[in-house]
Amino acid sequence: MPTKPDNVLDDDTPATAEGSRPIVLDVRDLQVHFALRGGFADRLLGRSSGSVKAVDGVSFTLHRGEVLGLVGESGSGKTTTARALLGLAPITGGSVVFDAGAAAGGRIELTHLRERQFRSLRQKIQLVFQDPHASLNPAMDLATAVAHPLKIHKVTADRAEIDRRVRDAFERVGLSPAERYLRKFPADLSGGQKQRAVLARAIMLNPALLVADEPVSMLDMSVRAKILELMLDLKRDLELTYVYVTHDLATAKFFCDTIAIMYLGRIVEIGPAAQIYEDPKHPYTRSLLAAIPEPDPRRSVTRNLPRGEVPDAARPPMGCSFHPRCPAAFAPCGWEARDVQALLEQRWTDISEQQYETERVTVGGPVELEVDGELGRRALLPDGKSGSGAAVALLDEMRSADPDEPFWRGVQAMQPRPDGVELTFREPVDPALLQHGSVRVACHLHDPRFAAQPAVPPAVKEPSENDTTS
Amino acid sequence: MNVGDPAAPVLSVRELRVWYGTERGPVRAVDGVSFDVRPGETLGLVGESGCGKSTLGRGILGLLPSGSATDGSVRFHDRELVGLRQSEMRAMRGAEMGLIFQEPMTRLDPLMRISEHFAETLHAHEPDLSRQQIDSRSIDTLRRMGIPPTRYRHYPHEFSGGMRQRIMIALALVLQPAFVVADEPTTALDVLVEAQILAILHDLKRNFDTALLLITHNLGIVAEACERVAVMYAGKIVEEGDARQVFSEPAHPYTRELLRSTISLSTTELHYIPGAPPDLVDPPSGCSFHPRCPNAMQVCPRIDPVEVRTPMGERVSCWLHGPEPLIPPGGTAPLQRQELARADEA
Repeated sequence: MPTKPDNVLDDDTPATAEGSRPIVLDVRDLQVHFALRGGFADRLLGRSSGSVKAVDGVSFTLHRGEVLGLVGESGSGKTTTARALLGLAPITGGSVVFDAGAAAGGRIELTHLRERQFRSLRQKIQLVFQDPHASLNPAMDLATAVAHPLKIHKVTADRAEIDRRVRDAFERVGLSPAERYLRKFPADLSGGQKQRAVLARAIMLNPALLVADEPVSMLDMSVRAKILELMLDLKRDLELTYVYVTHDLATAKFFCDTIAIMYLGRIVEIGPAAQIYEDPKHPYTRSLLAAIPEPDPRRSVTRNLPRGEVPDAARPPMGCSFHPRCPAAFAPCGWEARDVQALLEQRWTDISEQQYETERVTVGGPVELEVDGELGRRALLPDGKSGSGAAVALLDEMRSADPDEPFWRGVQAMQPRPDGVELTFREPVDPALLQHGSVRVACHLHDPRFAAQPAVPPAVKEPSENDTTS
Repeated sequence: MNVGDPAAPVLSVRELRVWYGTERGPVRAVDGVSFDVRPGETLGLVGESGCGKSTLGRGILGLLPSGSATDGSVRFHDRELVGLRQSEMRAMRGAEMGLIFQEPMTRLDPLMRISEHFAETLHAHEPDLSRQQIDSRSIDTLRRMGIPPTRYRHYPHEFSGGMRQRIMIALALVLQPAFVVADEPTTALDVLVEAQILAILHDLKRNFDTALLLITHNLGIVAEACERVAVMYAGKIVEEGDARQVFSEPAHPYTRELLRSTISLSTTELHYIPGAPPDLVDPPSGCSFHPRCPNAMQVCPRIDPVEVRTPMGERVSCWLHGPEPLIPPGGTAPLQRQELARADEA
């Protein structure tokens, strides 16, 4: 297989601190917003029904030979970010510059490319999917599948050349001796072997960047390490650069040079992998680390896990998106009307049925999210049949039952009204990515503006051995 | 139900075998498996894909596809399940034995409210319950799974993946079965939600006194949620014992290698098991792990291993643990093997 030309380091390539390795990918403020269609009437009247901000201002730089891990849960925007790099998700804002070197066309701005232009670019940027079984056509033998990119991109029609390159790719990914595998079908192979074939197909066109979306999470534990090692070998031998998309910080630890933790379309923490694992700063990063099951019963459980799940991206929480789940959230994190309902529901799962029935009558209905035309920062909890003042009494009781609940740190005022109780929350502040040594983190806990706040909460529990019960 | 002795097993499986007929011959997916599960106990069943874990779980519940054959014994409280008619089995399932599936997304009817799912389940097995009793029991079970009563009449699409899995678990537990099989219940979920569900399964004993067979390929999950663990390879249980004991001193080389290849935060170097699990139509002779085993001896491919008890009380089938009188002279010499073709590395 021809290796990369030697003269890729042309003068236009920005040199950097990373051992002056050239930048392969420069993403600035990337946005992928999907417009919501809304109801029929909205469309008729041309009203906008808002948008889902799947990716909302993501920036990172990737140097040649580097591995970037995009880590987060489903709905964090990690896969959409990866797909946008290949033109498989619409880029609605920001800039993405791909540079595979002068011989490969120099700097290319991806933002305004047409589909046809993207298609030729995909020779240089390849994608490996999660499910190797679904990525291979069951009716195509492996040799045909792996040779397919050569045909699609009309690289060569010379049979001997195709055969040579296919065999070479098979040997590289460890499907060796190649003869044994060329005529096999995907159904004849194990999961690991299928993923090897997928990798063989991905390196066929000699790409510069490989985007791997959860490449090992469908595989057995016993072969994950093998595939990760293979990918690292390929990276070294073929001078590849990787974007590794995963929800699993354990595999990322062995694979990535840089880690970007994503939550609801934004990067909340980014930095050198070693730094992120040694001293995770964002409470979300800490939670992700604490959630990884440890195959040693002596070190297991009692973790301070965040409650709930990733919220609806169409209606993201105010302030920091993570605040409703965050064990360390405090006053400026963006507490809002919706959180009152969540807190009540949380309480109602914990108390007895009888007490729930009583309290349901106490509260005269769902929390009103819009008070005097203001949405979010004020909430009205209406009094029910038990009469005036019942709602405020309930809130008081909830507060005394769990004074450490982070929610109360965000309540600025609780004002009894004739029809219930009105809560006012503190001004929400959007966290910005701030530099902390070699990492950047978007969390008010690490923002000097809030460092002097009297209500600084206790630090999030570390997943250390101290708080394990065995 | 006869539950006289509290330590008496809920479920006793003896020499269970399950075959599937294929064109190439019978696949011995479960090949002579024996184990007990006691009330309130969680037994983890681990192994690679294709080792027969799911077949074993489904075989116990009588949920195997046609074309399969079962032999051996499965006793559930003093009642023999192997050979039971489909209709008898159906009456047991749900009421006394439950199943939690891997994919919570596809197991709830999108056109039915959560309340209707519960009403249907309870009505089928306990037709005498009143409307109010049904609601009260369902809401109580949901609450213990962390689903607020306010969401009782919502539709499945109004819940997230983790909430749906909680609802699935609640649906399995609302009938108060004595035994539940959970087949990879967290595989489709995110890490944080997985941890939440594991905490729920971990508390099942305290909250419901339900015995659980937890099938997973992830040893980390077993360590989090199970008291005992059974390791399955090529249709057989090769090691079984107290989870702490097995994890700290694995007796079978397969268990040890599986543990070493599990990637966690405390992993310091990547490790994997060479080769892949065998074809169950024609498994290797003797111990079926011998072609991949770093400790293989001369005796391993020749004679089937015999189950022994270690001093720590684990059951293990491996010639490294004897019994010595059965090993022929020279049998303990290391096995000379030809190098694995790189191709055979999965």
